[in-house]
Amino acid sequence: MQDWIGLLPAFPLAGFLLLVLSRGRMPRRSAGLIGAGSVGLSFLLAAAICIEFLSGDGQSFQKTLWVWMQVGSLQPGFSFYLDGLSVVMILIITGVGFLIHLYSTGFMADDPGFARFFSYMNLFVASMLVLVLADNLVLLYLGWEGVGLCSYLLIGFWYDKPANGYAARKAFVVTRVGDTSMAIGLFLLFSQLDTLNIQELMTLAPQQWSSGSGIAVAAAALLLGGAVGKSAQLPLQTWLPDAMAGPTPISALIHAATMVTAGVYLIARTHVLFELAPSVQILVAFIGLATLLMAGFTALMQRDIKRILAYSTISQIGYMFLALGVGAWSAAIFHLMTHAFFKALLFLAAGTVILSLHHEHDIFRMGAMRRRLPVAFFSFVVGSAALTALPFTSGFYSKDEILLAALAHPQYGMLLWSGGVLGAFLTALYSFRLVFVVFFGSDHHADSSHGGEADHNAVVENASPAMFFPLLILGVLSLLGGLIHVPVDAVFAQGAGHEEAHASQLIHTVMILVPVFGVVISWFLYGSKPYEKAGQHMRKRLLESSLGGFLSRFWFSGWGMDTLYQFVFVRPFVALAQVNRRDVVDLLYSWIALAARIGNSAVVMTQTGNLRWYAISLVGGLVLVIGLGVWR
Amino acid sequence: METIPYEHGLILAAILFVCGLFGVLTRRNIVFVLMSLEIMLNACGLAFVVASARWEHAEGQIMFLMILTLAAAEVAVGLGLIIQMYRRYHTVDISVLNEMKG
Repeated sequence: MQDWIGLLPAFPLAGFLLLVLSRGRMPRRSAGLIGAGSVGLSFLLAAAICIEFLSGDGQSFQKTLWVWMQVGSLQPGFSFYLDGLSVVMILIITGVGFLIHLYSTGFMADDPGFARFFSYMNLFVASMLVLVLADNLVLLYLGWEGVGLCSYLLIGFWYDKPANGYAARKAFVVTRVGDTSMAIGLFLLFSQLDTLNIQELMTLAPQQWSSGSGIAVAAAALLLGGAVGKSAQLPLQTWLPDAMAGPTPISALIHAATMVTAGVYLIARTHVLFELAPSVQILVAFIGLATLLMAGFTALMQRDIKRILAYSTISQIGYMFLALGVGAWSAAIFHLMTHAFFKALLFLAAGTVILSLHHEHDIFRMGAMRRRLPVAFFSFVVGSAALTALPFTSGFYSKDEILLAALAHPQYGMLLWSGGVLGAFLTALYSFRLVFVVFFGSDHHADSSHGGEADHNAVVENASPAMFFPLLILGVLSLLGGLIHVPVDAVFAQGAGHEEAHASQLIHTVMILVPVFGVVISWFLYGSKPYEKAGQHMRKRLLESSLGGFLSRFWFSGWGMDTLYQFVFVRPFVALAQVNRRDVVDLLYSWIALAARIGNSAVVMTQTGNLRWYAISLVGGLVLVIGLGVWR
Repeated sequence: METIPYEHGLILAAILFVCGLFGVLTRRNIVFVLMSLEIMLNACGLAFVVASARWEHAEGQIMFLMILTLAAAEVAVGLGLIIQMYRRYHTVDISVLNEMKG
């Protein structure tokens, strides 16, 4: 079965080609069948490969399909490498991917770009599989850029709105900053170690570089740049909230479950490099910590349901970076998996809410949705519980591991741990704020004109099995996903620096109680019937105080990062472009063109049409040539 | 037997050639231009003959025969063109034909 590994990305790629070549003339039923079916086949194959991998001795497996290019000692192949880490990733990608495809057949049912949507989705799944299966960094980079392209295409899927195109370009350009750094990192690795095969790199690097040497730090930092861009961490996180312009299943698949976690995968895959550069590794932890706190505070103030989830994604990836930074590689991958489950669930449930309210995104114009959309309500409660890490949900186990690993860090343990716990408190606050505002309280939407119609739609949404089934599966996974043991111990064996943390009973109690406390506060502020007046009063006082007002505006704008970048990068660049309107470099070439034109007109003047003139110049030339010959 | 030194023959050929060239460059009447061309061709032929006598090779004579043939053909075509030109423009002034210019 493992020999068929090449088929894994081939199924979705074939689906993409079929859908693209049919140019939208394919009937919806078959387009949906091809789109979801190709990913489903991939999932079945991935499951078979996984079973074979787990029932075997867990040996890694490498298969070269063909050599891609051959330039001197650079010989990247289309070769796939399978170990515990890639098994987890392919299962997440094809499994969650298939559920989201299935959901999309319902969600996008009325969209004119139905086939186009599925073709992009299939291309995305194929690229993502190439990314996680690649055995060399060049092939990984191919997948890396492939998912970036699909992300761009799908954010701008509804391209008739200029804002969506702007968001797509922003995502593309911002991640490009990170990708450039990663490409330079690849060049550096190749020039120093003469190979880009990941496994060879991981064995060569510790032999040739001493720990903390400048070159190791540079290589790790450059790769980190790529990971930060793709995973929307500080300082390149600004693209992800705007990426919510795409259809909601896209946000679930690309901007929550899979693509944005590619950075986490990259760091886990090249963890040996990061262990060689301890300064960069601790930087990873602090980037994660800063990001998770910043995104947590920002999510508190957002009104757009998808932006809240987007900031929550940024914050959860921050947790993964925190885990990577303290060397808890398997905890990071574990959280990646559980996050894929519950964040996909939350996004899909949000998609149901949004669709039933005719693309309404403002949570304060929703309310009391729990009676209308019971399935979405339960999905949201389960997803938020897992996100908040309430006990016995999947998120609880993974976040627990991360926080304990952070606490065990010899130098900054306490700082990282308390930051993480504060983040967990914020997570509880914002995710249950979302639940209480959207699903409880008074129905703000009923007063608007199409309230009745919304009711009708809600019934339709919940009756559609294609949309109901993925929510159910993902809900179960979000609850029970914590019991899955990610088989990555063999991958990180050589660098397993973190022993089982011995935390006191107090620490455990704090970690259980903090999210619960957050939920209670958020219930008091947003959800409670008996304290509704008091809660509202409290919110009002908080927002109207000068500090509170300032903070709320500051946090609402995502800590002013967009404005900052606008001033630091965009404005100067636009000004420069204005100055350079006529293209300074082009002047040189226009001078060349002008010289050629002058020369041409000079030569044209000699063609008089006068035969004797030609004869004279002929004779003159002859005399000149003979004269030169004689004179020499 | 007194032989003519070959330098003399070549000088004569050169004088003839320059005469013909001068005619080609200065004459406006196309018939005279054609005649000047004939003079130039004959100058070439003379040079060949003189050279073949000097080095006692037969190729020069053969070359002259070829030039003779070429000149005959050229005159035939040239006269035909002149007649056509006269029919169309009613003149034999070569400076009238200057329409092909850049």
